[in-house]
Amino acid sequence: MARRPDHSSMIGVLLSVLLLCAMLISATMGFMKIPAAQVVAVIVHKITGFGAVPDPVAAGIVLDVRLPRIIGAALVGGSLAVCGAVFQAILRNPLADPYTLGISSGAAFGASLLIVLQVFGLALPAFLSIPVFAFAGSIATLFVVLALASGDRRLSSTSLILSGVIVAAILSAAIGFLKFLADEQVGIIIFWLMGSLSGISWTNIALLFPVSCLGLVVCLLFSRELNIMATGERTAATLGIHTAHLRWMLLFVCSLMTAISVAVSGIIGFVGLIVPHLLRHLFGPDNRRLVLFSFLTGAVLLVVADTLTRAVLPSEVPIGVLTALIGGPVFCVIFKKRQRDGR
Amino acid sequence: MVDKRPRESGALWRLDGIGFGYGSQPVLDDFSYQFEQGCCYGVLGPNGSGKTTLLDLLCGLLVPESGAILFNGRPLADWRPRALARQVALVPQEFMVDFDFSVRMVVEMGRYPHLGRFEDLDDRDHALVRKVMAELAIDGLDNRPVNRLSGGEKQRVAVARALAQEPEVLLLDEATSNLDIFHTLSILGAVRGRVRSEGLTVIAAMHDLNQAAFFCDRLLFLKHGRLISHGLIDEVLRSDVIDEVYGVQAQVVYNDYSGCRQVSFRASD
Repeated sequence: MARRPDHSSMIGVLLSVLLLCAMLISATMGFMKIPAAQVVAVIVHKITGFGAVPDPVAAGIVLDVRLPRIIGAALVGGSLAVCGAVFQAILRNPLADPYTLGISSGAAFGASLLIVLQVFGLALPAFLSIPVFAFAGSIATLFVVLALASGDRRLSSTSLILSGVIVAAILSAAIGFLKFLADEQVGIIIFWLMGSLSGISWTNIALLFPVSCLGLVVCLLFSRELNIMATGERTAATLGIHTAHLRWMLLFVCSLMTAISVAVSGIIGFVGLIVPHLLRHLFGPDNRRLVLFSFLTGAVLLVVADTLTRAVLPSEVPIGVLTALIGGPVFCVIFKKRQRDGR
Repeated sequence: MVDKRPRESGALWRLDGIGFGYGSQPVLDDFSYQFEQGCCYGVLGPNGSGKTTLLDLLCGLLVPESGAILFNGRPLADWRPRALARQVALVPQEFMVDFDFSVRMVVEMGRYPHLGRFEDLDDRDHALVRKVMAELAIDGLDNRPVNRLSGGEKQRVAVARALAQEPEVLLLDEATSNLDIFHTLSILGAVRGRVRSEGLTVIAAMHDLNQAAFFCDRLLFLKHGRLISHGLIDEVLRSDVIDEVYGVQAQVVYNDYSGCRQVSFRASD
């Protein structure tokens, strides 16, 4: 772009390096300290077979315990942040986040339902785990919300947001009832609702990775259209964009990314709201870079937050609580600064 | 940009018996008209007479319930949105932009229908964007967020964005209704210049009869979705037509200073 020297690729590279460093440092930290060189040796040996055979204990910890959790944190954080940026753009609402359409409430309902069923001693087949229930819950919710909103042929953001709010309100009442039923076991539900990355396995990653990456590519491909959507429905349509199609497609892709993330990690708030805002504040609103930067920054943020709760804090704090506690004040600062800047 | 494609039918748009309504409420009723190239049309009528609906039908945002619309001799429904966007641009009354997109970026968006998916703006695109920004006198606002501009500056950005589309036709939907007289005249002047120099066709929904009189070549008067009267300014800008359409008393006289007919009103007691 002629208007100013374009630092996009440099910032992108910097953020990627930052992410790799955060992941590497995170892998060294924990109950057992493992030097970075050893972590690298373990990974290199696993992938290429080169180098000395590493210490089996360290290898086990890095490969089976820490790496899936760290990669999971990066993918979940990245997905949530990208979806936040895209939801804010297509819903034309700076308050939107990946959970605006009730996806989190659906997941929470599905998970709570399973937990309550288990409390009541119902023996379900093993494959019907909490992630499966959470995923089913969020997808079912999405369809209900879209069905409610689709009476409006142009799929306006007001109808979408309103449908999401209505369905989420109903579900949250239902979740309250499930908590009541769970009685003394209510702690399990509450802990799941606040989010945790402790349960992530390589199986989860095998699902999370392709969905996040494909979703990211789709969002990047349509980032130019997202920019034009900001000039209003009518203008975008007269520029040749099929606005309703674009909305449907991106809503679907992002909802899928969010649903899978929530299914494996519970409800992690604030990443999807704060990261796009922060980046827009720093680098401007151009979605062509905002989408990629959001992915990288969201990933860094969640890896750091998860490392804090896993390896630094004396006992594990639910990650959703931590992201809100860090993100909330940051958001307040940006918000005040923007007001001072005359916005 | 003048006459890229030979046209046999002559008419740019041919509308035949168009009907449209929201629910059971008819907005346009049996509307037939032909728009010719290189002419500046003013669409006039009271609030709710169907002006905006007509423009939305012309640029394919709405589909008529009955009747046929031909654009350049082809049914409008057969035009792909991007192909149509290379020919027809719209300037809405209110131009709102979410987030802090800069003036330059918004004007550059006008190039979108001309770009392939993986194509970026080339030197010609950049030159064109600079040219339209200079034409609308917003070349000093490059990096300013559109949101922080005044209403008049915002509309200049909207017009520049539309002209960056290199359209054959510019649709103005009360594009200057909220502006002061300076911004109104300079925006209309810039558009008028394009009509004269490049054969741009303009169809403008307007409220101000006097502005329509010096800006347009031909007028269409709508009321309750029906075409009441149409023709050259001197043929149709008459007190009896104004009375029929708006229900107000008016005197129409040729004004030497404006160089065209002008309308004066008297408040009814």
